[in-house]
Amino acid sequence: MSIPMSIPVITLLTIVLCAGILISGLLAVTLDNMLSAVISAGLASLFASVVYVVLAAPDVAMTEASIGSGLTTMIFLYAIRKTQGGD
Amino acid sequence: MIKRIFIFMMLALMAVVFFNLATNYTENTELSKLGHYYADNGPRELGAPNLVTAVVVTYRGLDTLGEVTVLFISAAGVGLLLRRTRRKEDDEDLEQGDREEETAGVHKPASEIVETATELLLPMVILFGIYVFLNGHLSPGGGFQGGAIIASGTMFLLLALPESHISRLMIAVIESLSGFSYVIVGVLGVVLAGGFLDNRIMDLGAYGTLFSAGAIPLIYVFVGLKVGFELSAVLDRFRKEDTGPL
Repeated sequence: MSIPMSIPVITLLTIVLCAGILISGLLAVTLDNMLSAVISAGLASLFASVVYVVLAAPDVAMTEASIGSGLTTMIFLYAIRKTQGGD
Repeated sequence: MIKRIFIFMMLALMAVVFFNLATNYTENTELSKLGHYYADNGPRELGAPNLVTAVVVTYRGLDTLGEVTVLFISAAGVGLLLRRTRRKEDDEDLEQGDREEETAGVHKPASEIVETATELLLPMVILFGIYVFLNGHLSPGGGFQGGAIIASGTMFLLLALPESHISRLMIAVIESLSGFSYVIVGVLGVVLAGGFLDNRIMDLGAYGTLFSAGAIPLIYVFVGLKVGFELSAVLDRFRKEDTGPL
């Protein structure tokens, strides 16, 4: 099935970004390596924050980018180190 | 077995709910009545060009106070859970090897690149956070966003200099003072203006300038400081062993 030419660029971008959220979310759940899983979860947040910008919600995007992909990832990394990397 | 059936049922229920949401979705072509009111009267009544801020700080100010409280309680919970009672003297020998391992992990120095980049970027990150919450009524962002950016600055600092000391007393004092002042400003709204957290206790000023929109910049400075220091405290708690109450 070919993509019709009438789809606006912004919609295409949103679709690609949402696919990115889905893929990194799935990776975060399925990956065995804890470090990679945490990074994937942060990546999902990063994609989500770009989607928020595309959807004209910059206020939410700022929160998502700094807390979702920055601080949360960091706290998870500290937690992994504290638990010696075990599950 | 029953657990599995329960999980399956929950999944099916979620599927039904989300399927209905997805199939019945129609795009709103116009604002709701409340949205109309905010869009029409917000800029005139409150003097804030960023309507999101006007709603978050003033019309829905009580909710924001609730959010700040939630964040405060979670930070306090982290502090409580990660608190470690000091080990007794005779336990020390037993745990010696274990402890050495832990401190070795903690004191591993960061790479040259991270350190140099942090030296360059840290002041800018902090400054950007302050800019975001000071301009909350003019541009996207606000207290929460600015605070989160300041906490990202703290994160940089902890990454580059894992041994750096952050005074818990300073964090506690600034956090408590800003939370207290936030509530005081809210109560002043009841006394001097239309209600709790009304921003018209101060002059609305010229529309679109930095010192305008009444008390909104003031409130956002308090929220920004509180959120920034709270999140920094959470990071600091996760980073290291407890070295005392403050």
